[in-house]
Amino acid sequence: MVEVRWHGRGGQGSFTIARLLGMAASVYGGQFAQAFPSFGPERRGAPVLGFTRIDSKKILDRSEVDSCDYVVVLDETLWGPAVVSGLKKDTVIIINTAVPEQYREQVDNPVVAIDATSLAIEYLGRPITNTAMLGALVAVGDFVSLEHCKEAIAESMKASVGEKNIKLIEAAYKVVKEAYHG
Amino acid sequence: MKKFISGDDAVAEGVRLAKPHVISAYPITPQTITVERLSEMVEDGSLVSEYMHVESEHSAMACAIGVSSVGARAFTATSSQGLLYMSECLPYASGARLPIVMMNANRALATPWNIYGDQMDSMFLLNSGWIQVYVEDAQEALDMMIQAYRIAEDEAVMTPVMVNLDGFVLTHTYELVDIPLQEKVDAFLPPIATRDQVMSLDAPKSLCITAGNDFNQEFKMKQDRDMQSSTAVIEAVDKAFGDAFGRYYKGMMDAYRCEDAEVILVTVGSVTGTAKTVCNQLRDEGKKVGVLKLRYLRPFPTQGLCDVLKSTKAIGVIDKNISFGYEGTIFTNVNSALVTLKERPETLNFIGGLGGRDITKQDIRGVFDTLISKAAGNAEERIQYMNVRCAE
Repeated sequence: MVEVRWHGRGGQGSFTIARLLGMAASVYGGQFAQAFPSFGPERRGAPVLGFTRIDSKKILDRSEVDSCDYVVVLDETLWGPAVVSGLKKDTVIIINTAVPEQYREQVDNPVVAIDATSLAIEYLGRPITNTAMLGALVAVGDFVSLEHCKEAIAESMKASVGEKNIKLIEAAYKVVKEAYHG
Repeated sequence: MKKFISGDDAVAEGVRLAKPHVISAYPITPQTITVERLSEMVEDGSLVSEYMHVESEHSAMACAIGVSSVGARAFTATSSQGLLYMSECLPYASGARLPIVMMNANRALATPWNIYGDQMDSMFLLNSGWIQVYVEDAQEALDMMIQAYRIAEDEAVMTPVMVNLDGFVLTHTYELVDIPLQEKVDAFLPPIATRDQVMSLDAPKSLCITAGNDFNQEFKMKQDRDMQSSTAVIEAVDKAFGDAFGRYYKGMMDAYRCEDAEVILVTVGSVTGTAKTVCNQLRDEGKKVGVLKLRYLRPFPTQGLCDVLKSTKAIGVIDKNISFGYEGTIFTNVNSALVTLKERPETLNFIGGLGGRDITKQDIRGVFDTLISKAAGNAEERIQYMNVRCAE
């Protein structure tokens, strides 16, 4: 089972993207998935978490995600104890930043960096980075295909927004693949 | 068709397929998404139904009673304080033998005010005369909306059904759900049969009858007898559902890896999945453990429960509720069933998950360890709290 924890702020789409990943894996990828937010009231700007579980068989576990395989940080101002808690030895942290060195110094885990804000502004005209971060995640972990993510985006967003986001996820995927896999 | 949707969405899809004539509901977290979806379905025409925007849960149930009294199919949904606010109306519905179906998103009760999940709310209403079923995942939630109408409307049952799903853990978790075809649901669940007792302008009748001390006891006894024997209908409807849709939930209860189990954990609702996960880990370690998922608390499956548990050494019962001054309510019910056995297994109560507190895999492992210790003859506290952060 793969467990992903998404860190964002209310309004940045961190739960939406946790759900899109689950949809890509299950509806289009033929796997099983769960996606859930940090339960409770929703407040714009407040730190929020999203979780995605993916497995080849039906997921029975209903407890909260305690340790995860990937941590995806949409907003680097959230870096702190919450981000670095529940890490396994090989948990990969994927963070939206232009200056990753400051984070790499603080943890032993691999830190994958992408300047998703710049990419999002280029492709969407707005700093909404959730799709770019999904592109980075699927470039790092091979548990869900980019194609299935694009199908989930096309199904979930209206056509004009979906097209832009598909271009964005392709660009983010390519940037990370090239940077980390040559 | 398979969709990646939340438990609340799944309930709405199930209700859409069951085609109630009238929906009367008041929104309350964590049920809100269900009634929003239903309202949207009525608006866009994908569900032909009257949506009544009532001003309270008390009115929601009062409307459902009116709808059901004239032979139409009624649906409502609520949670927590909302369920308690409508509670005055619940025995009116069950006593009048009205086959209303209600979704309850299990949520904590104030005070302290809390919107998260536990099962204090529905336990309050165990004596309301409603059938109570608890589901484990979003698929079962959808499927039970369809089954619930067929059970409630069966001539031998004619009793309202409350379908319970854990707040947030089920209502707000997205997962893969198979949405059945309308034609198949129509074949499984025919339109509600109009019966003699319903209101008609040609043959006006008095509803909500009075029965004094000369007849009241007979009414109540017959209501109880019909509720007791509804277990046969519940089993038959579940089997028929399995034949039609390929998903059979094992009727009143689901015994998971219990055949040779020396230790069994009894669960209700979503914690079942976590318990099964830990059960599988312990089985891999060679430990003889099982999980008994109670699906229905009313009617209570006394005989079936005893059949599964009779040769067990130690039994644990998880309660996401407290009957203050006593113990967990499910524990009381399980023990009461077990006294019918000549040799009674040891039983322990594990109270947890209150106000949305997570029940972790480590918690469940600790519960199984305690039960294994008890089975080996060691002394263990009879009533324990899981995952507490203060001294007891």
